Amino acid sequence: MADDMLKSENLPQNPERATLEGRNKFMGFWFFLGGETVLFASLFGTYLALKNSNAQGPSAEEIFGLELVFIMTIVLLTSSLTSVYAMYHMKNNDFKKMQLWIGITVLLGLIFLGFEIYEFYHYVHGYEFGYTTSAFSSAFYTLVGFHGAHVAFGLGWFLSLMIRNSKRGINLYNAPKFYIASLYWHFIDVVWVFIFTVVYLMGKVG
Amino acid sequence: MKGWMSKLKAISALIVLSLVLSGCGEPFLSALQPKGEGSEMIFDLMILSIVIMLFVFVVVMVIYTFVIIKYRRKKDDDPNFIPKQTEGNHALETLWTVIPIILLIILAVPTIQYTFALADTSPEVNEEGEEEDSLWINVTGAQYWWHFEYEGLEVSTSQELYIPTDRKVYLSMTSQDVIHSFWVPTIAGKMDVNPTGNTNEMTLLAKEEDVYWGKCAELCGPSHSLMDFKVVAVSPGEFEQWVQDMQGVTGEEVPESATAQEGQQLFADNCMTCHAIGADPNKMGPNLTNFGDRTKLAGVEDYNKKNIVEWIQTKGKDMKPGNLMTSAPYELSDEEASKIAEYLMTLSPSDITTENAEDGVYKDSDLSSLFPEEEEETEEENGENTEEQGNEENTEQTNEENNEEQTDDQ
Amino acid sequence: MSTTARKAGFGSVLWDYLTTVDHKKIAILYLIGGFFFFILGGLEAMLIRIQLIVPDNDFLSAQFYNEVLTMHGTTMIFLAAMPLLFALMNIAVPLQIGARDVAFPFVNSLGFWLFFFGGVMLNVSWFVTGAPDAGWTSYAPLSIFSEGHGVDFYSIGLQIAGFGTLMAGINFIVTIVNMRAPGMTYMRMPLFTWTTLIASVLILFAFPALTVGLFQLTFDRLFGANFFNPELGGNAIIWEHLFWIFGHPEVYILILPAFGVFSEVIPTFAKKRLFGYSSMVFATVLIAFFGFMVWAHHMFTVGLGPIANSIFAVATMAIAVPTGIKIFNWLFTLWGGSIRLTSPMVFALGFIPTFTIGGMTGVMLASAAADYQYHDSYFVVAHFHYVIVGGTVLGIFAGLIYWWPKMFGTLLNEKLNHWFFWLFFIGFHLTFFFQHFLGLMGMPRRYWVFGEGQGLDTFNFISTIGAFLMAVGTIVFVYNMVMTQVKGKKVSGDPWDARTLEWAIPSPPPFYNFKQLPLVRGLDPLWIEKTEGNGKMQPAEPLGDIHMPNNSFVPFVMSLGLFIAGFGVMFQGSYWFLAAIGFGLFFGSMIYRSFKDDLGYHIHKEDLEDEKGDGSNG
Repeated sequence: MADDMLKSENLPQNPERATLEGRNKFMGFWFFLGGETVLFASLFGTYLALKNSNAQGPSAEEIFGLELVFIMTIVLLTSSLTSVYAMYHMKNNDFKKMQLWIGITVLLGLIFLGFEIYEFYHYVHGYEFGYTTSAFSSAFYTLVGFHGAHVAFGLGWFLSLMIRNSKRGINLYNAPKFYIASLYWHFIDVVWVFIFTVVYLMGKVG
Repeated sequence: MKGWMSKLKAISALIVLSLVLSGCGEPFLSALQPKGEGSEMIFDLMILSIVIMLFVFVVVMVIYTFVIIKYRRKKDDDPNFIPKQTEGNHALETLWTVIPIILLIILAVPTIQYTFALADTSPEVNEEGEEEDSLWINVTGAQYWWHFEYEGLEVSTSQELYIPTDRKVYLSMTSQDVIHSFWVPTIAGKMDVNPTGNTNEMTLLAKEEDVYWGKCAELCGPSHSLMDFKVVAVSPGEFEQWVQDMQGVTGEEVPESATAQEGQQLFADNCMTCHAIGADPNKMGPNLTNFGDRTKLAGVEDYNKKNIVEWIQTKGKDMKPGNLMTSAPYELSDEEASKIAEYLMTLSPSDITTENAEDGVYKDSDLSSLFPEEEEETEEENGENTEEQGNEENTEQTNEENNEEQTDDQ
Repeated sequence: MSTTARKAGFGSVLWDYLTTVDHKKIAILYLIGGFFFFILGGLEAMLIRIQLIVPDNDFLSAQFYNEVLTMHGTTMIFLAAMPLLFALMNIAVPLQIGARDVAFPFVNSLGFWLFFFGGVMLNVSWFVTGAPDAGWTSYAPLSIFSEGHGVDFYSIGLQIAGFGTLMAGINFIVTIVNMRAPGMTYMRMPLFTWTTLIASVLILFAFPALTVGLFQLTFDRLFGANFFNPELGGNAIIWEHLFWIFGHPEVYILILPAFGVFSEVIPTFAKKRLFGYSSMVFATVLIAFFGFMVWAHHMFTVGLGPIANSIFAVATMAIAVPTGIKIFNWLFTLWGGSIRLTSPMVFALGFIPTFTIGGMTGVMLASAAADYQYHDSYFVVAHFHYVIVGGTVLGIFAGLIYWWPKMFGTLLNEKLNHWFFWLFFIGFHLTFFFQHFLGLMGMPRRYWVFGEGQGLDTFNFISTIGAFLMAVGTIVFVYNMVMTQVKGKKVSGDPWDARTLEWAIPSPPPFYNFKQLPLVRGLDPLWIEKTEGNGKMQPAEPLGDIHMPNNSFVPFVMSLGLFIAGFGVMFQGSYWFLAAIGFGLFFGSMIYRSFKDDLGYHIHKEDLEDEKGDGSNG
């Protein structure tokens, strides 16, 4: 029975939900994302309360540049799409293609993270907008930084899954793991959409 | 509203309850012996809620006692007896859903009314339907003392707040360090003083002359429990006189005795960086304008020379642990401290002291001398006031505007 | 602990408990951990009451008093009440729904060890620069100004313990939703399972707000952020909102499972089905729902304005309705029953009037205008002790005595339990009843000293005497627990003649719980089989292999990692290497966990057949 878990042949339609463990992981992770939503909601709430409290430091309007952030948004949204492809191939039990699409997802994630680091570097050195500059800066870096940390964690997660399973195919044991990793990635993406709107667009416009 | 509230009050049980409760505590501190408008309103609400709750409690306890006595398994009962397995009863369940809702509505209506009433800082209206001048006081909480600045009157004091009786006093409150909470149980409920965000406003209206005790109600550090203050409610006439006496003080008045004069010099050399005498806005340490009239030293210690000297020499390290004076850089000999104490005890610019709050003498006044006519010019400049609005109204408006500005600044 | 444990050597028992993922053993761990912190918090409470026995007492210094009161609150809420409830949930819930374990046994163990190391972290503060001193609510900016590292221990320790709680919450939700035995529909679930489910949902949505608040506090104190620093635009009220968005649901996280316990105990010992089961479920859900919309009633005096205050006042009052429904349902469960006054039942009966008083004062506090007098006075102290001690703690003791046989296979001494109850109950009312009046007489809470001649002496004195009675009662109970462990007699699987599934299997249950998953035919399944069948649960499946999870040491290492990392983050400078080691252990364990397949193992059908009996208590 235990061996069945690790076989790649004859996988059912939805391998991620074929076992009780898989279903548990699936549901547990959805609930976890519910908690994460409250976490980000609290961070957003704090940010909104403090976004005009820039003290003597630069304000949102002064520092934000929409071009870079727009590119970042496109990159991250695309990575969400590529992870959907990966899951599509998982369900078709096509391991190589799944790995490929996850690989592309990771690459896009890395590009996003690189841009974010550049953005922060730019703020700190170009505008003297550091973490301790004002209440606004603390709230900004904490909110966006929490998202960035989530992205970094997701990348590590994807990478370790890819490496761990590179020598074997999809099976009932690892299918749920791939699936919830991609679920997590979508969540990060959705959070970014809110950050883009609430932090950058509203910061630039209102 | 008032009608049926007073009808409720008529119930004798209620009177008994009020009497029992008002036996609790000391008259200068207990919320159960209200002597102010706010505390009386809250007391009414308390009594109403206690009555409702006692009714519920009695119902619960009657059923509770009955079931335990009646349905307890006795020794000679059949141990295999199986009671009827009731699933529920819709009528009963509806009953104990609906009745509590009704009871809560009875409580919710006055709650909302009073919540709005207590937050109302619009000016009082006198018998002729005219709006009266509002006396605004800026209250500042600090670790571990209270500062009071009478707006537009050039009067500042600390620790002991003088107010007129039978007249609403408007407080505009902030903190200069951590969050404190201003509470004079006998006169009104409490309100936090915040270091950031909004400036809070509340009103005090004392109905009897007395010295009421105030407390800090929000944990603010080691000496949280030692952050007492007093509210000295004197009759309006006496209050008027007190303000006038306080207004002239500059801190340069020369005391009579030679030691006190030396003390004055020492005070100027060592203490004036933080403490002010007169309406100087310095708020590092308590304002000492009428220090000689204080009933307590530092809010809690007995007021005598020995304690004052001890305070100066220990910088209050043990009398008020964690107080900020401990970092004051001065060094004084005992003799010098004693001279300063002697000087401080002469600081009594007004004949109106806490004794006047307790002597039963009542002097009436409409406090109009505190709100001078010059305000009329502003009125004309504004050009918005018609004849029905007097200058008093205008003063109040200015005050309110100031207040709003302050709020906005935060 | 159990018989098997006593036969084995100490080292192997210790290793077994360090690595266990069995919900029954984790329950015992939670019990030991929670009770240890309960005693600690109790000692802190005694220090507070001794300090306040006479006016102007100098038994404790002002600073130390603030540390003690902070640690008393924090310990009792986070390190005693919640873990003890988790102990009850862990022992009862999987058995009540007919599951072989929780959904995530590994995460269950991780949850415990995170709580444990978080609790240890908090208490290490006593020995390093002093404990946190800004109250369990830790209001900024007082918590920002607090010197030393006390508040850092608070924020990091609670952060670690909070992660554990969050995981435990998710675990119970998934267990209850996914792992119920055949026939166990939602509306057949025992009330304790229901309240566990709802409390877990509350944990899931409430704790992240605390997580964010604690992060902000940590960042402000240790990394120069300005969330609560007025000078650079910060706002201290944000902390109050975040804290109470977490803090009010937390109250229901504590009380709902206790309601669940009473809803098990009362029907069992009244020998009657729970009156109005569906309205009980509905009331529980309603309380939880309202619980998220009333946080600002802790902030009536902050200056939110009359509109906000009125809305929150009315919302708060509304909670009284479902709570009242529950009280009356319990009363009418008793009505017409055959009441046995066993010790769990006596605790349940002690709870009803006590909690009714707590609920009454709750409604009084909800009245926003009147709260201007009650707020932050001893009236509030009395109120929440009536609710938390009168509700949660009595519930914990009722549940602990009730499920003790399921945990250890023995019964606690009934006579000592009754002694414990009366000492604790009378002591409790002496301590806290008069505090209502102290508050109204003008005594604010968290007062290190009260002055002479303010009329506060008598009631404070009575209060302290009551606290001593409670302490004596607790000592009796500890003695009882120890003596029962030493020479308790084995009991059957169903010593209370109870109604729910956990009593259908031996005490303590075999490690796989149910040899065959039971078929549930209705509410109170065992009672149904007792009255309509042969008294045994019918199996829902043929005897087959049982899949079991492997033990793991990884949760312990992960939690230890965070514990070590906490010190690095706190002391910084040359201590950063501790953070490197700690986070290295933490993330290293995660990678180890994901690289090593953990498929569990199977107990084979043949081995199960060899076991004596049919798995029921016969």
